[in-house]
Amino acid sequence: MTTATATHDDHHDHGPAKGLMRWITTTNHKDIGTLYLLFALIMFFIGGAMAMVIRAELFQPGMQIVDPQFFNSMTTVHALLMIFGAVMPAFTGLANWLIPMQIGAPDMALPRMNNFSFWILPFAFTLLLSTFFMSGGGPAGGWTLYPPLSLQMGDGFPFLIFAIHLAGISSIMGSINVIVTILNMRAPGMTLMKMPLFCWTWLITAYLLIATMPVLAGAVTMLLTDKFAGTSFFNAAGGGDPVMFQHIFWFFGHPEVYILILPAFGIISAIVPTFARKPLFGYSSMVYATASIAFLSFIVWAHHMFTVGMPVTGELFFMYATMMIAVPTGVKVFNWVSTMWKGSMTFETPMLFAVGFIMMFTIGGFSGLMLAIAPADFQYHDTYFVVAHFHYVLVTGAIYSIMAATYYWLPKWTGNMYDERLGKIHFWISTISVNLLFFPQHFLGLAGMPRRIPDYSVQFADWNMVSSIGGFIFGASQLLFAYNVYKTVKGGKKATDKVWEGADGLEWTLSSPPPYHSFTEAPVVK
Amino acid sequence: MKSRIARGVLALTTGLLAGSALAEWDLLNMRKGVTSTSHEVHDLHMMILWVCVVIGIVVFGAMIYAMLKHRKSKGAVAAQFHESTTMEIIWTIIPIVILVSMAIPATKTLLAMEDVSDADMTIKVTGLQWKWKYDYVDGEGAGISFLSSLAPEHNEARLLGAGMDEAKLREKFGQTYLRDVDNPVVVPTGKKIRFLLTAADVIHSWWVPDLGWKKDAIPGFVNESWTRIDKPGVYRGKCAELCGKDHGFMPIVVVAKSPADYAAWVQAQTGAAAAEAASADKIWAADDLLAKGEQVYKTNCAACHQLTGTGVPPAFPALAGNPISNGDDPMGQITTVLNGRPGTAMAAYGPMLSDVELAAAITYVRSSWGNSGSAVQPAEIKAAR
Ligand code: HEC
Ligand code: HEM
Ligand SMILES: [Cu+2]
Ligand SMILES: [Cu+2]
Repeated sequence: MTTATATHDDHHDHGPAKGLMRWITTTNHKDIGTLYLLFALIMFFIGGAMAMVIRAELFQPGMQIVDPQFFNSMTTVHALLMIFGAVMPAFTGLANWLIPMQIGAPDMALPRMNNFSFWILPFAFTLLLSTFFMSGGGPAGGWTLYPPLSLQMGDGFPFLIFAIHLAGISSIMGSINVIVTILNMRAPGMTLMKMPLFCWTWLITAYLLIATMPVLAGAVTMLLTDKFAGTSFFNAAGGGDPVMFQHIFWFFGHPEVYILILPAFGIISAIVPTFARKPLFGYSSMVYATASIAFLSFIVWAHHMFTVGMPVTGELFFMYATMMIAVPTGVKVFNWVSTMWKGSMTFETPMLFAVGFIMMFTIGGFSGLMLAIAPADFQYHDTYFVVAHFHYVLVTGAIYSIMAATYYWLPKWTGNMYDERLGKIHFWISTISVNLLFFPQHFLGLAGMPRRIPDYSVQFADWNMVSSIGGFIFGASQLLFAYNVYKTVKGGKKATDKVWEGADGLEWTLSSPPPYHSFTEAPVVK
Repeated sequence: MKSRIARGVLALTTGLLAGSALAEWDLLNMRKGVTSTSHEVHDLHMMILWVCVVIGIVVFGAMIYAMLKHRKSKGAVAAQFHESTTMEIIWTIIPIVILVSMAIPATKTLLAMEDVSDADMTIKVTGLQWKWKYDYVDGEGAGISFLSSLAPEHNEARLLGAGMDEAKLREKFGQTYLRDVDNPVVVPTGKKIRFLLTAADVIHSWWVPDLGWKKDAIPGFVNESWTRIDKPGVYRGKCAELCGKDHGFMPIVVVAKSPADYAAWVQAQTGAAAAEAASADKIWAADDLLAKGEQVYKTNCAACHQLTGTGVPPAFPALAGNPISNGDDPMGQITTVLNGRPGTAMAAYGPMLSDVELAAAITYVRSSWGNSGSAVQPAEIKAAR
């Protein structure tokens, strides 16, 4: 459709347009997947640079580098970029690349919407970052945007809200596309219960996104009218309720954290069987566990609000509901371990990251279970213990799964093998440094260090220094990852179609790199 | 610097060696605290921690065993099993049993923590950007009221450009950098104290780890909580909810005194309050007002309007050279400071500061940094309230 003479019949065979226009006008799932992944990588580095600023200020007590207001905007924007700019687009990028190839479809079901949903993102995040140059500076009220504090932001406020709206619209369109593709474009014989778990977890994630993004959009719109239109949704002086915002926010926010981890479960469930050379243990229980986690994620939101002064019955309900999530999550971990049990394992880089994921995500899960115990949370809440918890599930969870996926499928995507030695070095430096970075934060939180503070008392000095050193090493080692990916895209040892000895699934039946339109003829699944 | 890194590495190794005697336990684990609540919370914490450790050993142990034994390089041949309903049921039931056994003590502790009945006295805590206000509303000491902010020396040392590093801070403040206030909240030991928590501007959270809990202070809401402190001492905490620029700089200091010492403190406070009220009626000399005003301004206004009166426009307006700080009619400035500007960060200081303090601060603003406004007497504030 790039040439006027292309007819419907031969349009399967033409390659992509050339140059920049290829990327702007593309409707191809692989091109769009690449765009998403590249965008996520850029955001990961910008958000990471902000984390470096934070860790540099926290390197020792006393204020040395940035003023407190700017520090607060660093934590806020770091989180917004990492969540909405890095992890979510990376998962969408993986979905774009993989879902058509895994279910035997030629492309995503709604290619033009696919293009649109990607191209909204650069605008959304440019808007967000532009607030740093406005009077009053960037958002500094925390990524949770609690009023009344968030309403004290300067001129950038409407830009912040609009950026969130745009990112939300993009996610919703991406999700619709995933659902329509999976439900309508599976190859003959590919029943739902034969689908790879990555497709399953994404299908459920997409429903979570469609259910919760509008809730976030509503909440931030109410902030906007409170600030500019004189409404008092969250203003106690006008009859509103600041705690109401927190309820609405976390009704979005808790499912959101599962949006950030369910696709990761799918990735790990693909990689572990490949390198154990043994089928996934308990496939159907994995599907049911995913579905029950998704359901439970809607009824636990107030565990983020144990200290706001809820009635005790409310606190009990949310404590019990939260503890229940440990059950399906445990099932997943047990299934992965059983998949490894009596396998014939090798440890190439994707497997290393997958094993790292299982161990460190589980550590994050343990601290999550501790946080669920309401009376104990009265001590843990809003301390570095929480910072340690969510970084174990997000960095060594979500981010590790994305790295594992990249190493695992990159040879398929590019036709070239990545540098295995460099990959292993990247894994080991990352894993040692990330634990230096985040494990001591458990101690800091328990010893009494609140989160979101630019300066602290001297008794926290030692662990903060360890944490900062870990942070700098972890940050720097991600350059190895970027370099390895770059090198693989440019060339390298040719990959076979199957790439991995134990790989199983439709995507491995395609050539490496795969044809521009994945399956022009539907494969038959036995 | 080298020794700092060496100390960091040392702390790390000692920490990794399961908190050997070298590392202070309090810096690795939750504090036991000084109330029955904090003890219960600590015990709960240790119980869940050990449960997690044991589950971790089993799961990671199995994983590591498999990784060592069932690897291709060891000649392992992959089995092909991929399902076992029995196993799935077992590892669903066992966690449920463990969770229930954790939920029972947690529920008991929670119910006890939320029971604020039969208190001996009540203190109202109000969070403000960025200080705390304490009102003793009920019981011994009722009527006492004061603001509590980060102690002034700390407030200067923590500024960007103060040139502080860890060594200097240790030398100057010992262990208490950022943990000292001008007016600590004093309470008696052995009494059940009910706290009412609220806020005037944004959400704050009142947290003293040794008491075993934190509770949010939310504008428009009054939350309740309680404590009974067993032994006299100084217990320090921090605001725990992000509340803007100086969130990291609003510490809490609770001084628990024996009932006799507490009674003496109450007497001293009421005496001081009476003297202050009496001094509001006399005419103050300009120099006395200025000297007091500088103190009041530093602790209450400088965070936003800056020590130099230049503010941080556009968020916080300059007071230096501002028409409102000049001329012969101070009423505009008095009403602004008394009533604040609703909907902005400028709070109403009428309920927080005394007539003398307000008159002093306003006089100070009106005659510093090149301003040449008229002085203000406490009586004028009294009349304007
Ligand atoms: C939390 C930050 C904060 C603190 C602390 C604070 N102010 Fe303000 N102040 C403001 C802001 C913001 C405004 C502007 C309000 C507006 O937009 O009308 C303001 C306005 C004023 C004005 C009016 C200026 C004008 O141009 O209209 C005066 C006078 C003033 N403050 C005096 C004080 C005094 C005296 C104190 C200490 C007792 C104090 N402020 C403490 C934030 C603060
Ligand atoms: C490069 C590695 C990273 C480092 C060194 C790092 C470091 C930090 C630091 C120091 C804070 C501030 C804590 C505070 O002061 O309260 C923070 C906050 C946060 N980070 Fe990270 N982080 C990293 C990666 C990530 C990733 C990948 C994610 C998400 C996927 C993430 C999500 C968050 C969130 C949600 C917050 C909370 C922000 C807030 O308090 O509003 N971080 N991070
Ligand atoms: Cu949650
Ligand atoms: Cu605070």
